[in-house]
Amino acid sequence: MNDSSSLRTGFPLTFGLDTFGDVHSDETGTLNSHAQTVRNIVEQGVLADSVGIDFFGIGEHHTYDYPLSAGDLVLSAIAARTRNIHLGSAVTVLSSDDPVRVFQRYSTLNALSSGRAEVILGRGSSIDSFPLFGYDLSDYEVLFEEKSELFAELLKGSPITWTGTTRAALKDQDVVPHLEAEPFPTWIGVGGSPQSVVRAARHGYNLILAIIGGSPSRFQPFSNLYLEALEHFERPAQPIGVHSMGHVAETDEQAQEEFWPRYLEVIKHVSKTRGFAIPTPESFRHEIGPHGAIYVGSPETVARKIAANLRVLHASRFQLKFGMTGLPHTAVMKNIELYGTKVIPLVREILGSES
Amino acid sequence: MTSPTSTTTLPRIGILGAGHVGPAIGRVAIEAGYPVSIAGSGDPAKIALITQILVPGAKADWPAQVAAEADIVILAIPLHKFRTFDPSLVAGKVVVDLMNYWAPIDGTQQLFEDPRYGSSEIIQQHLSGARVVKSFNHAGYHELEADRRPAGSPDRLALGVAGDDREAVELVAALVENIGYDAVLLDSLREGRILEPGGPVFGASLNKEQFAQVLTAKAAA
Ligand SMILES: NC(=O)c1ccc[n+]([C@@H]2O[C@H](COP(=O)([O-])OP(=O)(O)OC[C@H]3O[C@@H](n4cnc5c(N)ncnc54)[C@H](OP(=O)(O)O)[C@@H]3O)[C@@H](O)[C@H]2O)c1
Repeated sequence: MNDSSSLRTGFPLTFGLDTFGDVHSDETGTLNSHAQTVRNIVEQGVLADSVGIDFFGIGEHHTYDYPLSAGDLVLSAIAARTRNIHLGSAVTVLSSDDPVRVFQRYSTLNALSSGRAEVILGRGSSIDSFPLFGYDLSDYEVLFEEKSELFAELLKGSPITWTGTTRAALKDQDVVPHLEAEPFPTWIGVGGSPQSVVRAARHGYNLILAIIGGSPSRFQPFSNLYLEALEHFERPAQPIGVHSMGHVAETDEQAQEEFWPRYLEVIKHVSKTRGFAIPTPESFRHEIGPHGAIYVGSPETVARKIAANLRVLHASRFQLKFGMTGLPHTAVMKNIELYGTKVIPLVREILGSES
Repeated sequence: MTSPTSTTTLPRIGILGAGHVGPAIGRVAIEAGYPVSIAGSGDPAKIALITQILVPGAKADWPAQVAAEADIVILAIPLHKFRTFDPSLVAGKVVVDLMNYWAPIDGTQQLFEDPRYGSSEIIQQHLSGARVVKSFNHAGYHELEADRRPAGSPDRLALGVAGDDREAVELVAALVENIGYDAVLLDSLREGRILEPGGPVFGASLNKEQFAQVLTAKAAA
C-alpha cells in the first residue's frame, strides 16, 4: 500500500535543527569551553527562530565532546528569547531517566514557552547514561518498554495510576504542572529496531527515524510498518519525521571542505570506541551523494535530498543534526541561516509543486 | 540477487531474533530463494506485523519450532541474552553466530571476557551439540540489502565464513554467495577471531582481494 514515494497529506511540513551540544571552536581555532558551548547553543536557538525554523532539538549526552546533559535548561533559556520555534529533546534517553521527572521538566518548558515544547524519547543504546545513573545496559529493553508506557499515561493527564518493575508504583498521583491544553507532541526516535517502531504506534507516539548511515530509502519498510501498526492498534494517523546529520554552506565545495575534516575526526573516535574500521574519502562521498545519509552541500543540494527522502519515507518532518564537533562557530551560524532562509523554502517549493 | 527457479532444494533458514538484524537477514535470504522462518523470544503473534512488513514471505513461529524445522539456524539475539538461551533447541544444527561482543558498547559480560577464546568459540562451547559458523557479524545489518551484487561484479563485497566443520561452513558459504556476497572461508572458529570488533575486517566493506590481503598481512604479522 505504501510502496511508492508520495507525500502523506494531512501533516504540515516542519523543519528542525538538532544539536548534541557539539563543542565548536572560536575564531582562532581553539575549542570552546563547555560553558561557552552551552551559551552558544542559546544563540543558535535564537537565530533558528529568527530565520523561521520550526523546531530546535537538543540531544542528551554526557561526554566531554557533547556536554549537553541538561538540555531542557538550555531550551528554557531559548524559550525566553523566542516566539515561534518549537523546542524539544532529540533525544531524551528515557531508559535511564524517570518518566515522571521528564514529564515535569517538559510540562514546565511547555508552560514557559506557551505550548512550544516537544519530546523525543529514545531507548538509548549509547553507553554514557547507563553507568552514570546506575543502570545495566542489558536491561535497556524492559526499561524503555515500561517507561514509555508510563510516559504515555502521564501525557493523558493526572491522576496517574501505574505499576511496573523499574520505578515506584503510582496510585492516583497528581503530577504537576498540568498541561494547559493538548499534550505536547511526543515522538519516539528509532534507529533500526522494529520493536521500537511498533511500540511507538502502540502507545500513540509520533515516529522519528534516526538515519545516520547508508541509504535512507532502506527505512521505507519502517515507515510502512509504523503506518500498518497505527491501523492495527486503531490509532489515528500520526506524523513521521527524519533525523540525519549534515552541514550547509554557500557552495558544495565549501560545505564539504568545512565538514569532512571534522567528520573524519569524530568518526575516527567513534570507530575506535565501536571497534569499526575508519571510513574512507570514497565512503564519505557516497554518504553525501543521493544514496547516502549525510546532507552536506549548498542549499540546493541539501534541499533536493531532503525533499526526495521525505517523499520516500512518507515523512513530514526533517531534523538536521547540524554543527559537527570542531566547526567554527561562525560556520555553524551560517549553516543555521542558510537552512532557514534558503533550504526550507526550497524544499517547500519542490514538494509543493509536486504534490 | 540470484533467483533460483526452485526454492524447494534450498535449505530452510530459521532466524532466532526479530530485532535490528534478524529481519534484515531474513529479507535478503527470501529474495535469494530460501524458505525462511523467524522467531522472537516467544509468541509469534508479537512479531506478526514485523514479519509481514519487513520479511514478507517468512513464517513467524515459536523459537523451538523455528529451530526444529531449520537446516541453518541464525542466532540473532543480543549477546547478553545468550546466557538464557536453551542449547537443546539447536542440538545437531548448523548455527550461524552473527553476534558480537564489544565491551565498550555492550557492557562487560564475564562469559565473554576469557582472552583465550573468541566470542564464537565460547558460543560453540555452550552449544556443544551444534555446528557453529561465524559469519555476517562484521557487516552492518542496515547495509546488507543495498550492498548485494551479482557474482562477478567488480564491487561485490566479501563476507568471512569461519567454522570447525567443513560441511557447515560450505552450507553457510552458499547462503552468503546466493544472497549476493563473495564468501571467504576460514578454517576454524579460532581463525574467525579476525572478524571480531576491533579487527581489520569489522565494518570495513572489503572485496575478496582486499579481504585476502588482510588475511595475508595478518599471517605475516
Ligand atoms: N548492528 C549491526 O549492524 C550488527 C551486525 C551484525 C551482528 N550484530 C549482532 O546481532 C545481534 C542481535 O542484535 P540486534 O540489534 O538485532 O538485537 P535486538 O534488536 O535487541 O533484537 C533482539 C531480538 O532477539 C529476540 N530474542 C531475545 N532472546 C531470544 C531467545 N532466547 N530466543 C529467540 N529470540 C530471542 C528478541 O525477541 P523479544 O523482543 O521477544 O525479546 C528480539 O526479537 C547482536 O549480538 C549484535 O552484536 C549486529
